[in-house]
Amino acid sequence: MKTLIDCQNCQLKDCQKNCKLKVIKLHAPTDLKQRLISFGIMKGSIIEILEHSPAKSTMEIKVGKMRIALRAKEAALIEVEKI
Amino acid sequence: MKKVDEKACPIIAKHIKVALVGQPNVGKSMLINSVSNAHLHVGNFSGVTVDKTEVLFDYKEYHFTVVDLPGTYAFTDYTIEERVTHNYLCDDDYDLIINVVDSTNLEKNLQLTSELMSMSKDIVIALNMSDEADKEGIEVNASYMSELLGIPCVKVSAVTKVGIEELLDAVISVQEIDAQEPKLIFSEPVEEEIAQIVWYLDKHRYEAKNSHRNIAINLLKNNKRTYEKIHNNPVWTELQPILVEALKHVELHHDSDDIKESFAEEYASYNRGIIAEVVKQEVSKEEITMTQKIDNILIHPFFGIPIFLFFMWGLFQLTFEIGSIPMDWIDAFFGWFGDTVGATIPNDDVRSLVVDGIIAGVGAVILFVPNIIILFIGIALLESTGYMSRVAFLLDGFFHKFGMHGQSFIPLVSGFGCSIPAYMSARILKNDRDRLLTLFIIGFMSCGARLPVYVLFAGAFFSPEMAGNVLFAIYIGGAIIGLIAAKILKLTAFKGADEPFVMEMPKYRLPSVKLIWHTVLTKTMMYLKKAGTFIAAASILIWFLSNYPHNLVLEEEYATKIEMAASEDEKNALSNKFAEAYLEQSYLGTIGKFSEPVFAPLGFDWKMSVALQTGLAAKEVVVSTLGVLYSLGEDVDEENDSLITAISKNISFASAVAFIVVIMIYLPCLAASIVFTREAGGIKYFFYLFAFTSIIAYALSFIAYNIALVLT
Repeated sequence: MKTLIDCQNCQLKDCQKNCKLKVIKLHAPTDLKQRLISFGIMKGSIIEILEHSPAKSTMEIKVGKMRIALRAKEAALIEVEKI
Repeated sequence: MKKVDEKACPIIAKHIKVALVGQPNVGKSMLINSVSNAHLHVGNFSGVTVDKTEVLFDYKEYHFTVVDLPGTYAFTDYTIEERVTHNYLCDDDYDLIINVVDSTNLEKNLQLTSELMSMSKDIVIALNMSDEADKEGIEVNASYMSELLGIPCVKVSAVTKVGIEELLDAVISVQEIDAQEPKLIFSEPVEEEIAQIVWYLDKHRYEAKNSHRNIAINLLKNNKRTYEKIHNNPVWTELQPILVEALKHVELHHDSDDIKESFAEEYASYNRGIIAEVVKQEVSKEEITMTQKIDNILIHPFFGIPIFLFFMWGLFQLTFEIGSIPMDWIDAFFGWFGDTVGATIPNDDVRSLVVDGIIAGVGAVILFVPNIIILFIGIALLESTGYMSRVAFLLDGFFHKFGMHGQSFIPLVSGFGCSIPAYMSARILKNDRDRLLTLFIIGFMSCGARLPVYVLFAGAFFSPEMAGNVLFAIYIGGAIIGLIAAKILKLTAFKGADEPFVMEMPKYRLPSVKLIWHTVLTKTMMYLKKAGTFIAAASILIWFLSNYPHNLVLEEEYATKIEMAASEDEKNALSNKFAEAYLEQSYLGTIGKFSEPVFAPLGFDWKMSVALQTGLAAKEVVVSTLGVLYSLGEDVDEENDSLITAISKNISFASAVAFIVVIMIYLPCLAASIVFTREAGGIKYFFYLFAFTSIIAYALSFIAYNIALVLT
């Protein structure tokens, strides 16, 4: 299973356009899953990774037109594939 | 709820009550400001942790009441704000919903709209930020969208005030005619299940206010309220197996065991369909947006934090530098006001109560208003530009190590100014546990009012060159103890899974002067009203305790002595001595003597014990109490050389260290404690805070005292 955290290093600015990830499944508990869904992170949505905080504990991603900050721990619950 | 005043609302006028709903950062507050340009009344609902605001105004022959609900991403109860909104929409009485959406990001916004559509309430959609959409080359066909959704959609722009009247007209026409049911269409498998349930309800002529289709959708969505209603009806026994089957089918179709997730996907694909029909977007040339450019600098992995620290430093410089200019005027005004009022009151006791008690106490609060306004403006700027989310993003890693949330930083930093706005700004934390934890830690950030005490003691025991460093060490030390305390609380009282950190990073926007003015004004008025009343009450209490009981024998004894005194100096010395003797027999003195044994292990005498206790009312009072007790008359400030000498003579170094430690940690002032209790949501939290800070203060002070004893 490949999650968002495994793709940590494929930032948009490093690899131009080929860095889009597609969400396969959310492995989060119900509450967090609802939260992610309400932010547009759900099965089939496309994610780009934009930026990391120092020490890579937090990352900034883009879903649709929205920018979202996520902790690495939450990112590890989002299963993705490269497209 | 506040009722409309007569002038604004003749009884014959027709009323429309509108609930304003939208996701965060769609310009809702801006819109409400533009709509109610000639607003008559803006009231805050008190008692709720996150306020909803009600705005009243007249348009055509209608009287409008618009309830501005906190922004919510979806109908979950994830945050306090979402809970407030969800409960209001489900339980309160209102005529229709204005759903504000961001035209530049319809796909995300319509997700909430879909949920509103299944509520069987009349809705009007405000396509806000249409000016921004124009700029970005996004064209929304509003009339086609209205037709597709079955909901009137109106293009508006809160900034340029375009479309506001059209929006209100749409609201009136929806109110006047029975609106059609919104056209929410699902995928075929789900539609089949809905049809099945509708067929069953039709067959049994189930009577309800909502349409059968609406009931079917809500049953499939596992809507609790719908279940509660239908559960008591005989149709339930036969409906139940149908529902179980239907839910299985839907979940199977979506390959998920979570019905809410399945519905979210249904909504998303429905919305994608709508957007494909109504939105035309010029093919964007993958250009780097403004937000991206700013983000490249502000959340840079290396420069991000230094830039933030610089901004904070700037804010504090402004708070103290600019804030201190009107402070002198305010101080002078209250001095003059006290004298003027005092001159008109013949009775000594009443004059003392009014001038020394009420006017001095309330004046002390108003003195901090300039600082508070600047701090509030700074925070409003951080919030409305979108920078705050960036800082939370940068700091989350560091704060997380101490069990706190990235968003805790604003309240903690404000805590260095004054704890009261800090407690109030803790509301930005979404999660109750994180918010409570932050509330408990704010007191460790030494507030401005403790500075005089630190200055006094640092001056008494250290050389002038060292005093500055000692001050800095005290502030940093407090913050470090606070972080450690946070960690301890997180591991014990606020134990629990780490709260997820999933946060929107909104687009950068230029702040609106009007909105900031509005926010700052409301917050400042709240500060004045609440803190002012409490401080006034506390001042009266302290005044009473230090002035009573009257001791006529003592008074006469000193009066004659002072009269007999030869020189001015002798007179001054005598009146200081009188003040001390008088205070010693007052209620406050009695309390000090009584509590002396408690503080004896820390090396405090009764005077220091009293100073600590009067400090519970306000930290500034510690210095003036010490001044009175060490016989210098009441007019004492931290730069008074003779007080510094008196302290270094009368208090041992070890006791002084212990005293400073207690001042750093123990309970914040009365006004702050009351705000804390309100924000935490119950008196029991006050007792927790009292126990928590007292134990830590006592323990650390005891340790510090003994170490200092060994060293000296």
